[in-house]
Amino acid sequence: MGTIEQDTELLRFSTAGSVDDGKSTLIGRLLYDSKSIFEDQYDQIKATSERRGEEGVNLALLTDGLKSEREQGITIDVAYRYFATPKRKFIIADTPGHIQYTRNMVTGASTANVALILIDARNGILEQTRRHAFISSLLQIPHIVVCINKMDLVDYGEEAYEAIKDEFSNFSNKLDVKDIHFIPISALKGDNVVDRSENMPWYEGQTLMHYLENVHIGSDHNFIDCRYPVQHVIRPYSDEYHDYRGYAGRIAGGIFKKGDEVLLLPSGFTTKIAKIETYDGELEEAHPPMSVTMLLEDDLDLSRGDMIVRPNNKPEVSQDLDAMICWFDDNPMQQPRGKYTIRHTTQEARCIIQEVLYTLDINTLHRNQEDTKVKMNDIARVAIRTTKPLFTDAYRNNRITGSFVLVDEGTNNTVAAGMII
Amino acid sequence: MNYQLSHLRELEAESIYILREVAAQFEKPVLMFSGGKDSILMVHLAMKAFYPARIPFPLLHVDTGHNFPETIEFRDNMVKKLGAKLVVGHVQTAIDSGMVREEKGVNASRNGLQTAVLLDELEKGKYDAALGGARRDEEKARAKERFFSHRDEFGQWDPKNQRPELWNLFNGKKQYGEHFRIFPISNWTELDVWQYLALEEVELPSLYFAHKRKVFAREGTLLADTPIIERRPTEQLIEKMVRCRTIGDMTCTGVWESEADTLEKIIQEVSTTRMTERGGRTDDKRSETSMEDRKKKGYF
Repeated sequence: MGTIEQDTELLRFSTAGSVDDGKSTLIGRLLYDSKSIFEDQYDQIKATSERRGEEGVNLALLTDGLKSEREQGITIDVAYRYFATPKRKFIIADTPGHIQYTRNMVTGASTANVALILIDARNGILEQTRRHAFISSLLQIPHIVVCINKMDLVDYGEEAYEAIKDEFSNFSNKLDVKDIHFIPISALKGDNVVDRSENMPWYEGQTLMHYLENVHIGSDHNFIDCRYPVQHVIRPYSDEYHDYRGYAGRIAGGIFKKGDEVLLLPSGFTTKIAKIETYDGELEEAHPPMSVTMLLEDDLDLSRGDMIVRPNNKPEVSQDLDAMICWFDDNPMQQPRGKYTIRHTTQEARCIIQEVLYTLDINTLHRNQEDTKVKMNDIARVAIRTTKPLFTDAYRNNRITGSFVLVDEGTNNTVAAGMII
Repeated sequence: MNYQLSHLRELEAESIYILREVAAQFEKPVLMFSGGKDSILMVHLAMKAFYPARIPFPLLHVDTGHNFPETIEFRDNMVKKLGAKLVVGHVQTAIDSGMVREEKGVNASRNGLQTAVLLDELEKGKYDAALGGARRDEEKARAKERFFSHRDEFGQWDPKNQRPELWNLFNGKKQYGEHFRIFPISNWTELDVWQYLALEEVELPSLYFAHKRKVFAREGTLLADTPIIERRPTEQLIEKMVRCRTIGDMTCTGVWESEADTLEKIIQEVSTTRMTERGGRTDDKRSETSMEDRKKKGYF
């Protein structure tokens, strides 16, 4: 093992599965087989399993960290887990599968490169499977891997696997997903998780770990459309940097180069990039998801919430948004014409929900135009009017400039997540 | 040209983004500094985030009076070099004034008392965001906590009612008197921290490197010899090569037998170890959910 591994990539994946699909067991298995579980953690969950009179060591206890989760034996909130192989570092967003926690699943899916969907081989595709697949497509997770689990309980039979695969493919054809992969596994016994299964010689594909280590994620960011939301203005107020004015931010899209002509929004002025700076020195170019500081050739009005783009490639500049939202809050959406704070990139504005076009039954994908009440965990298509123009892209082109959240002005809670169409 | 960042640079970019978000969204943030490697990393990242300006918030250290002397020395040197402002809250003062009461007995620790002093300092300083170096891989309750973690006016964490956090949109809105705990290095693992500190050649307290020290064993953990821990008659002092994997109070921070006296050796050790770093923390061993229970009350 090298001392300083600079070249490993970071892969974020979310897991989703219904309550008894064995999701937590699978994560426990990945951690255990990649030797990412520590002895003291293992001893602790072993002792807990024994105390509760459970058979074997319950690997699910590794991820279910909250008291109420351990008591109920289910995952309630998103838990983040980490493991590494010599090839990659992994961040798992482990999300609950139960319908009442759809919002947590949306949260975990928002930054994932890969969605891992689990299906119990005995039960086939359930409502929950469809829901998870739909949310993965709604959140535009670039890669989906479907693990058909508990193969040990169907005698490692190929027919069971093929039947589920076909059924899933029929359903996913209706969804907007780019890349789907199927793997027959047994999380409990370890088949095809890290090591190849000897019980399923008919399966010639890769193991789950091999897939996670090798799936191409290099093009998951948008490297075409230059978007730089100004996050913070750096003014040192020191003698050495008297007139210094640096625009700090994180590249949301495209590749910015020193000397590039840029357009500032909303002012519409054009200027050039004088320098791209970091503490470690100047850069010739910067790309997502780097955090940098830009200096411009001209002294122009630019502050947090504004955006630096290229003159010939502008985002949508508009006060009207057409979006899909997922409702998160206990309190249903105020209707009609509910007013909320909207946060988009580094921008904040107020908004009115002008119209709910339909709510979506995420099990059948049926668009319900009659019942437009929006309650917790509901997915709806809405038209929103903002108090000032936002600089947006379609979510499918850019997950950063295409997403927003709504905040309740009374409770300050984040009440909804939105994806711009 | 390859436009893929290494995992360390991606984690760095994420943390810098969050630090800048704090400066932009809050009026009076403060960085909780313990003297441990995670808070040293936080200071380093903050320095990078606002360069060439100074770190735009003070550092706050809750001093239990039971720190290793090396920690305090390191802290003071670092603050001087950075030109940063340091605020110190003393647990001893809180004990003397009767605000908190010291635990008694063999396993007495001031760890729990820190919470009251921390909340008091946050209130006195009118800080609306307290940045901390907690990581999600450290402990199972921490694995569930958000980057922006909302606290009510009593400083309490409500794990079942956390605000959803999506993409890189962070909601720091609050009522008067409430505050946020913010954890920019949530996604780093212990190994990431060490690899990065080595890569960036960040200066660290000597306690992290293997050195000779008089220690004794208690409940499977080695503790450093100090007048502030009452030793049982059966607990014999022995001299060993040890180092700290975490730095907290002398009363509850276990030391490890180790020969790792350079960063390279530490990374080697961390990447092959089979014990978690908090495995040596007796404060976590009090019950299965002691971290969750402490956090609900306002512990960091």
